[in-house]
Amino acid sequence: MPTPTSPPRLQLTAISKQYPGCLANDRIDLSIAPGEIRALLGENGAGKSTLMKIIYGVTQPSSGELRWHGEVMKMRDPAMARGLGIGMVFQHFSLFETLTVAENIALAMGTAAGTPKQLEPQIREVSQRYGMALEPSRLVHSLSIGERQRVEIVRCLMQDIKLLILDEPTSVLTPQEADELFVTLRRLAAEGCSILFISHKLGEVRALCQSATVLRGGRVSGHCVPAECSDLELARLMVGDAEGLESSYPKVSGGLPRLRVDDLSWHNPDPFGCSLSQIRLEVRSGEIVGIAGVAGNGQDELLALLSGETRLARGEQARVSLDGAPIAHLYPDARRTLGLAFVPAERLGHGAVPDLSLSDNALLTAFQQGLVSRGLVQRGKVRELADEIIRRFAVKTPNANAAARSLSGGNLQKFILGREILQNPKLLVAAHPTWGVDVGAAAAIHRALIALRDAGAAILVISEDLDELFQISDRIGALCSGKLSPLAATAHTEAVEVGRWMAGEFAPVAPSHSPAAAPAAAPL
Amino acid sequence: MLLSLEPRGEQSRPMLWLSPLLAAVLTLLSGSLLFALLGHDPLETLHTLLIAPLADWYGVSELLVKALPILLCALGLAVAYQARIWNIGAEGQLLLGALAGSAMALQLLDMDSRWALVWVVLAGTVAGAAWAGITAWLRTQFNANEILTSIMLNYIALNLLLFFVHGPLKDPAGFNFPESAMFGDASRLPLVSEDGRLHGGLYLALLALVAVWVLLQKSFLGFQIKVLGLDRRAAGFVGFREKRLVWFALLVSGALAGMAGVGEVAGPIGQLVPQVSPGYGYAAITVAFLGRLNPLGIVAASLLMALLYLGGENAQMTMNLPQAITQLFQGMMLFFLLACDVLILYRPRLKWKWAQRKALAEATT
Repeated sequence: MPTPTSPPRLQLTAISKQYPGCLANDRIDLSIAPGEIRALLGENGAGKSTLMKIIYGVTQPSSGELRWHGEVMKMRDPAMARGLGIGMVFQHFSLFETLTVAENIALAMGTAAGTPKQLEPQIREVSQRYGMALEPSRLVHSLSIGERQRVEIVRCLMQDIKLLILDEPTSVLTPQEADELFVTLRRLAAEGCSILFISHKLGEVRALCQSATVLRGGRVSGHCVPAECSDLELARLMVGDAEGLESSYPKVSGGLPRLRVDDLSWHNPDPFGCSLSQIRLEVRSGEIVGIAGVAGNGQDELLALLSGETRLARGEQARVSLDGAPIAHLYPDARRTLGLAFVPAERLGHGAVPDLSLSDNALLTAFQQGLVSRGLVQRGKVRELADEIIRRFAVKTPNANAAARSLSGGNLQKFILGREILQNPKLLVAAHPTWGVDVGAAAAIHRALIALRDAGAAILVISEDLDELFQISDRIGALCSGKLSPLAATAHTEAVEVGRWMAGEFAPVAPSHSPAAAPAAAPL
Repeated sequence: MLLSLEPRGEQSRPMLWLSPLLAAVLTLLSGSLLFALLGHDPLETLHTLLIAPLADWYGVSELLVKALPILLCALGLAVAYQARIWNIGAEGQLLLGALAGSAMALQLLDMDSRWALVWVVLAGTVAGAAWAGITAWLRTQFNANEILTSIMLNYIALNLLLFFVHGPLKDPAGFNFPESAMFGDASRLPLVSEDGRLHGGLYLALLALVAVWVLLQKSFLGFQIKVLGLDRRAAGFVGFREKRLVWFALLVSGALAGMAGVGEVAGPIGQLVPQVSPGYGYAAITVAFLGRLNPLGIVAASLLMALLYLGGENAQMTMNLPQAITQLFQGMMLFFLLACDVLILYRPRLKWKWAQRKALAEATT
């Protein structure tokens, strides 16, 4: 614990970073004592990543001072940071899938540390000491996401670690895995290691961190003790006074079945991809069904089969049906004609073309709404539609001519969602609708989804964010290794239970065609 | 580095227009320097290269005669390149168009009706499209890289043409010269005016210009092509058929190149000869990019390219400048144009502060 006499382990004073046209960090002060777990909270674009890169030596601050154990330092590069005992676990892992755990760690540590074989005992020792079971000789591609993260963390712990920076580490974990990670982190902190924990999930910040620094728009908007603040207070610090941050929506039970997925199995030709087996699912009009799951458990495959990017042979066309009409063999545009709308996980490069204007991106999926006449694009109508989306969904942009890539994540997501909603879909499939979106925009997106539900549309939401699914979905299930758990009414389900489903602990789906009547999952 | 480039984050509108002007100035300056070093009066040389060829109507009509095949090929390439289909095979498609058009014309030597011309142009256009179709088939069926296949098909096309002009299509009364008989008048593109060689290909090119402009700027098909080129995943996500679009783009590309080829043999040349094209199909690649894949830009760029061809010939004849020098000049112009395009997306910045930084770095270590 910090004492007034000893200097903090790391102290940043008035750190600023100017990028062309953007002040990413504006006079940021931050200090971390030995053994302290400090949260760095903020929305996307608040300047968290830039600040981390400055600490880790990836980039240099434009001005300001960085002190390490009281001494002024200039962090030249990540190698220097590692030399000082700073370790960093990135959100996207940098591991070679075809190499073993030990080989990956040896690669990162350089030749001086020894061969992979020599490192193995040390890897075992470290992973046992911190309760992170890891077999050094296993190939990385055979590891789960949680295990891969352990490799990254163990890699940092192999050296004499003084400060560990974790960038949204729980976004890829089940609640249980996240709890295990917290045990490890607390043990590390007890040994005197400082931890900088970057997240936007308020619940876990409160559970883990003793102190928090909140960034907004490149500035520190406040320091606080998370345990003493409510979610709303923290959220206000992150986004300012946004309306409708805290809302709960009434649960409903839906009407007639709209989307039906019947015993859908699909073999993935990619050896590292996930195959689907016997997915059975029904989404009714006027309800939201949420599907939880850790990334890479078949979500992308299921989404592609629903959107039409992957199609089944004509003989299997009835595996997916919309309002009773088989659609599994149809192209996306044909499915859209029948009333399907789709919000893919990746906004840029999938849901929207980065280099095209918002107008053109409105045309992208809405071209069957009378925007094309005799093969020619009706520019005026396209522009009207784009303007209407921008107005109705409060998209912040100079005008409809702005390129999609110039919008922030939240604004672009509002635009994409608005584009789909204005087509009056019978069924909307949305993947990670608020991933990487700021709290204010997320609330707006949730409200829009609920309004669409109340207007009678069927909605399927696939997300990694359990809180979100519990907030908006009426029934919930989870994907694990390409299998779908039975769906249960959200109101009668606990997060822990869904966590077990995410880990694959559910009974095989009973051959019943009414998921509502399916038995609750039995833990193994 | 004293000079650094910073991304602007978006296209700079003024630079979009200024960059070609800046490039022109730089080309003229460094061209003058080059000619001066070689002992020629720079102003006179530039005059010979760029202004003298356009001194009279004959010069202008020759410019258009040269610009037409380049324009047709480049318009087609623009369609393919918008879809990021790198068709390098316009030259081969052009030669095949010339070959097939000639074969048709030689079949119709005795035909008097205007339909002869229609058949000839049609044969050349279809043959060019078919030649590009081979590339499309290899690409969609076997995922073969279209750059490689289309280049290789260029050589095959050239040798096919040489074979036919030395063999089956050689004029029996031609004293064994490698050329076909002259086409019948009905198969020739009519002249546009009494003087000069400007021919009816002009109308074909204008038609193609309007069609490609509508396709790329106004039509939904053009939008699909653009989306496919920019973002294949997004195109798949909304159900645009990638294979069909690839076929379409390559067929249009090949058809226009074939039309350019048949326009040459049925226009100014009037028979099939081994040298149908001095590399129009390759020049068109540059022209398509110079025109920023925009039909109107391509018109300007193909006129400029034709002018350089003419000016080069003129300089060879009147000033004894070797052809290499004029090619060097062309190369300089292209280099500067592309280099100046960097300014559209990047902002140059002089790092005069580097000395300060160094001092700072020394102070801290």
